[in-house]
Amino acid sequence: MDKKDITILAIESSCDETAASVVVNGRTVLSNEISSQIDIHTLYGGVVPEIASRKHIERVNQVIRAALNTAGKTLSGLDAVAVTCGPGLVGALLIGVSAAKALSFGTGLPLIGVHHIEGHISANYISDPDLVPPFVCLVVSGGHTHLVRVKDYGEYEILGRTRDDAAGEAFDKVARAIGLGYPGGPKIDMAARNGDPDAVRFPRGKVEGSAYDFSFSGIKSSVLNYLNECDMKKIPVNVPDVAASFQKAVVEVLTEHAMRAVEEYRFDRLTLAGGVASNSALRASMAEACAKAGVKFSCPPPVLCTDNAAMIGCAAYYEYLKGFRSGYDLNAVPGLQLGESVYR
Amino acid sequence: MKILAIETSGQVCGAALAEDDQLVAEYNLQFKVTHSQILVPQMETIREMTKLDLSTIDAVALTKGPGSFTGVRIGAATAKGLGLALDKPLIPVPTVDAIAYNLFGTEALICPLMDARRSQVYTGIYTFDPADGKMKVLRGQCAVSVEEIAGALNAMGMETGKTAILLGDGAPVYAESLKTLLEIPYVFAPLHLSRQRASSTAALAMERWRTEGEAAFVSADDFRPEYLRLSQAERDRLSGIDTSQITRR
Repeated sequence: MDKKDITILAIESSCDETAASVVVNGRTVLSNEISSQIDIHTLYGGVVPEIASRKHIERVNQVIRAALNTAGKTLSGLDAVAVTCGPGLVGALLIGVSAAKALSFGTGLPLIGVHHIEGHISANYISDPDLVPPFVCLVVSGGHTHLVRVKDYGEYEILGRTRDDAAGEAFDKVARAIGLGYPGGPKIDMAARNGDPDAVRFPRGKVEGSAYDFSFSGIKSSVLNYLNECDMKKIPVNVPDVAASFQKAVVEVLTEHAMRAVEEYRFDRLTLAGGVASNSALRASMAEACAKAGVKFSCPPPVLCTDNAAMIGCAAYYEYLKGFRSGYDLNAVPGLQLGESVYR
Repeated sequence: MKILAIETSGQVCGAALAEDDQLVAEYNLQFKVTHSQILVPQMETIREMTKLDLSTIDAVALTKGPGSFTGVRIGAATAKGLGLALDKPLIPVPTVDAIAYNLFGTEALICPLMDARRSQVYTGIYTFDPADGKMKVLRGQCAVSVEEIAGALNAMGMETGKTAILLGDGAPVYAESLKTLLEIPYVFAPLHLSRQRASSTAALAMERWRTEGEAAFVSADDFRPEYLRLSQAERDRLSGIDTSQITRR
C-alpha cells in the first residue's frame, strides 16, 4: 500500500451493536465487524441500557480482534484509533471510549473521538466514492431525525429536526401497539408490503412556523386512537394495512421536507443516513422524488445505515486530516448535538 | 513481575505500578469527576514520571467487581483494551477482597461494606492468619442486607472474641443501623485505609500471582466483570413484571 495511506481502526458501541472496522483513507473498508445484541433486547421489547453495556464489555475485544484479522492488520499497522463518543447510551458509549483510550495509550496511536451522527452521514462517502460536499442528508434513526446541510467535511447546518419522537421511535411504538414487536422498523417495513397504504388516512405531522422541522408524535397518536376505535367498535384491525398507512404518512413527510430543502438551497445531491434509511418505502419514495426533480439521490446499503464502525472510521479520517486529536480525558457525551464538535 | 493496577469499582479512581516488592507509583483520586476522564490520564502521569516502557508490564490487575456497574466497566474496558494493546494478561481480583487487603496483618474481623443501594451492601468477612500472614476469606464477597452481614459478624465475633473493623463507602452510610445491629466491639478504619486503593489491588494481584502463578491470569478477551447482581430489567423479567416501559425506545 502507498505510504501516504491512512489506516484507522474505529470502534462503535453507542447503542446495541458492538462494532469495529478498519478503514483506509476514509473510503475503503477493509473490515466491518458488527456483533448485534438484538436477540436479547427483543425479549424486553426494546434496548435495555444496562444489558447493552454488559453485552458490549463481553464482546468488545473479540470484535476489535476480528476487525483487525479480517483486515489483515495488526495494531502497529494503524495510524489512529477512532471511537464514537456520543450521542448514545452513556454506559454503552463508555465501553468503546474506554477500550479505545486504552488501545491508544497502550500503542501510542492518536485517538479520535467521533460524533455518531457525523458517522451516519459519512456512511455515504463509503457507498458513493465520488460523493463530496456540499449535499443534503436526511438522517433518520431510532434516536434521531435531522435534515442536514453538509457544507463541507465535518461542517454541518441543521435545517430541521424532530420536535418530539424520532422517526424510528415512532416505528417502534406503533409496531408495539399493533403487535409486531421489536425492532419496529424492519417489522413494519415487512408487514406493510402486504398492506394497502391508502387504507387509513393518518395525518401528516406539520410544525407551525417551520418548513423543515418534524413531528411524529401526532401520527403515532392517531394510529393509537384508530386502534382504540377499532377495539371499541369491535372491528378487526388489518395489521398490514395499518402498517402500510402509517409508513406512508411518515415517508411522505420525510420526503416532502427533504425535497423542499433541495429546492430551496438548489442542491443537486440528496442522501439518506441512519437505521430508518434502510426502510424500503423511504428509499423508493426518495428515489422517485429525486428522479422527478432531476436531483441525484444516493443511500448507503442497509449494513452501513444501521449502526456500524466503518462509518466512524470514515468520519474520523476527515477529522484526522484536519489535525483533530482527542486527549485521554475523552468522555462519553450521551446528549452530544450535531454540529457541537468533539474538538472545537 | 511488573503489574499495572486499575481501581474504578467505587468512588475512588486509581492506578498503581508495582514491581515485585516495590510500589513504584500510586495515584488515587476520590473526587467528583467521572472515572472515564481521569483513569487514563492517571496512568499517563505514572508512565511519564516513572519513564515506564509499557511493553515491560507483565500483567494488568483490576478489581473485577462488584461495585458501581458503570465504574466496574470503565476499569474492565480499559484493562481489556490495554491487555489487547500490550498482548498481556489480566489479573482480576474480587473488589471486596481488595478492600480487605488494605488491613493486611490484622487478626480482627475485617468487614468491607460498599453501598449497593436497594438496602443492600456488597460485603464479606476476612481476617489474617498470624501463622502464615495469609488473608483468610471467612465469608466471600456477596450482596446482602446490612442486617444479614451484621448477624454473621456478631456470630463470628462472639465465637472468637475478635473485634470487627468496618471500612468501605457503605460504612458511613449504614453507621446508624450498625450501632443497633452490632453486639460485638467494632471500629471504623481511618481515612487512609477506608476505601479502595489501587496499591491494594496491585498487592493482592501480586500475591495471587505468587501463590497461583499463571492460574491467576485471565486473558483480556475472556475477562468479564462480576456484578453479583442482575440488571433491573432481568430481575423484573424473571419475576414476571412487565418490562416494556423500562426500555429507552
